[in-house]
Amino acid sequence: MINKIVGNLTDAVSDFFDGAILMIGGFGDAGSPIELIHAVIDHGAKDLTVISNNAGSGHVGLAALIEHKRVKKIICSFPKTANSKVFPDLFFKGEIELELNPQGTLAERIRAGGAGIPAFYTPTSVNTPLAAGKEIRIINGKENVLEFALKADFTLVKCKSADRYGNLIYNKTARNFAPIMCMASKTTIVQTQKIVEPGGINPECVVTPGIFVSRVIEIPNPASETNLVLENKKYPW
Amino acid sequence: MVKEELKLGWNNNQIAQKIAFDIPEGAYVNLGIGLPELVASYIPEGREVIYHTENGLLGMGKIPEVGKEDYELINAGKKPVTAIPGACYFHHADSFAMIRGGHIDICVLGGFQVSEEGDLANWSTGETDSVPAVGGAMDLVSGVKTIFVIMQHTAKDGKPKILKKCSYPLTGKSVVDRIYTNLAIIDVTKNGLIVRELAPNVTFEFLQQNTEAQLSQLTK
Repeated sequence: MINKIVGNLTDAVSDFFDGAILMIGGFGDAGSPIELIHAVIDHGAKDLTVISNNAGSGHVGLAALIEHKRVKKIICSFPKTANSKVFPDLFFKGEIELELNPQGTLAERIRAGGAGIPAFYTPTSVNTPLAAGKEIRIINGKENVLEFALKADFTLVKCKSADRYGNLIYNKTARNFAPIMCMASKTTIVQTQKIVEPGGINPECVVTPGIFVSRVIEIPNPASETNLVLENKKYPW
Repeated sequence: MVKEELKLGWNNNQIAQKIAFDIPEGAYVNLGIGLPELVASYIPEGREVIYHTENGLLGMGKIPEVGKEDYELINAGKKPVTAIPGACYFHHADSFAMIRGGHIDICVLGGFQVSEEGDLANWSTGETDSVPAVGGAMDLVSGVKTIFVIMQHTAKDGKPKILKKCSYPLTGKSVVDRIYTNLAIIDVTKNGLIVRELAPNVTFEFLQQNTEAQLSQLTK
């Protein structure tokens, strides 16, 4: 019987290793898999390359992973938030590398990685510093820049409901990068608010088909990054 | 001196109202973070416009009532919003397919500088004392059909922001269609910058004095 459900956070991330490439879903707070990220901190894997839209907030979740110096490089579009001190501090000290991508280019690189497309041309960022050093090709009279696909060893995402096959549905704008990140890594680990029986999600409404998911763990009441930051919480508690 | 005189023009809400008036019925619109968000309040009664937010929502509604915020329902500025009946959610690659694929009609963005050829600089001043961050601005200007820029006509120190060439790193080249400032509405055309409308009590000469790029008047 196929059963991707795992019982605890330690087991969910047990095969993490130093130097791994890690995709983390979320757009700010929305969709950030805080409990799974904290499990990675507890695991201890370091020298990680993180692919995520932002670089964390406060001292929890992704910001905590960065604060514990587990991340050597981040690939993102917007590493600034109102409450983000951890990333800027390490960035200005030269202790973390930043690869800045336009948000749509980041999304498409991830999608391409999951879809077996090694690279693509896009008009986004042509004639800007973010295209510096990249191959330019004129297609239909318009300049385009060559961008390469992104793939990862692990993806961590949060969703609303999952079944034991790994079929997923999300909650509102917490979906954001999760479906494409699930496709783009060798091992995709999902924290879900609810586990349902197979068939409990209408097949017409499945957003991430189970084939893209490796493990599912139920976290019924996930922490809100916004609230943790407001309470000035710091992980580990 | 300049600062006093600049109060002549429209305030931010009035600029937003001018933009709102130029957004047609049925348009799919993306409003940038900050000043552009004001535009939504001024769409004339009875005109239906659908708002896209690049973090995966088409049919963004008003700001929620206090106490009803949902941090999994946010806009690109990471502020809580609502979804209208008939809204839909989608993932980031689809969201940027809407943008890059030319499916969004109008995008309203803030600007640091705009050049006479419609180059836009709005993500970085090129200084090394801040963390570089770009978000979706480069994708928006490369893919959305019409780009409106809303900004103050001059910088805080009075220096022009509408230039022959941008001095800051570009967001995109030849991408801006129309500039809305506190002093004027200016079209970017093949024949250069053409002033469509002057704010009350602003003369063309005064506008040109506060603009590095060459302006011309709309011929009627």
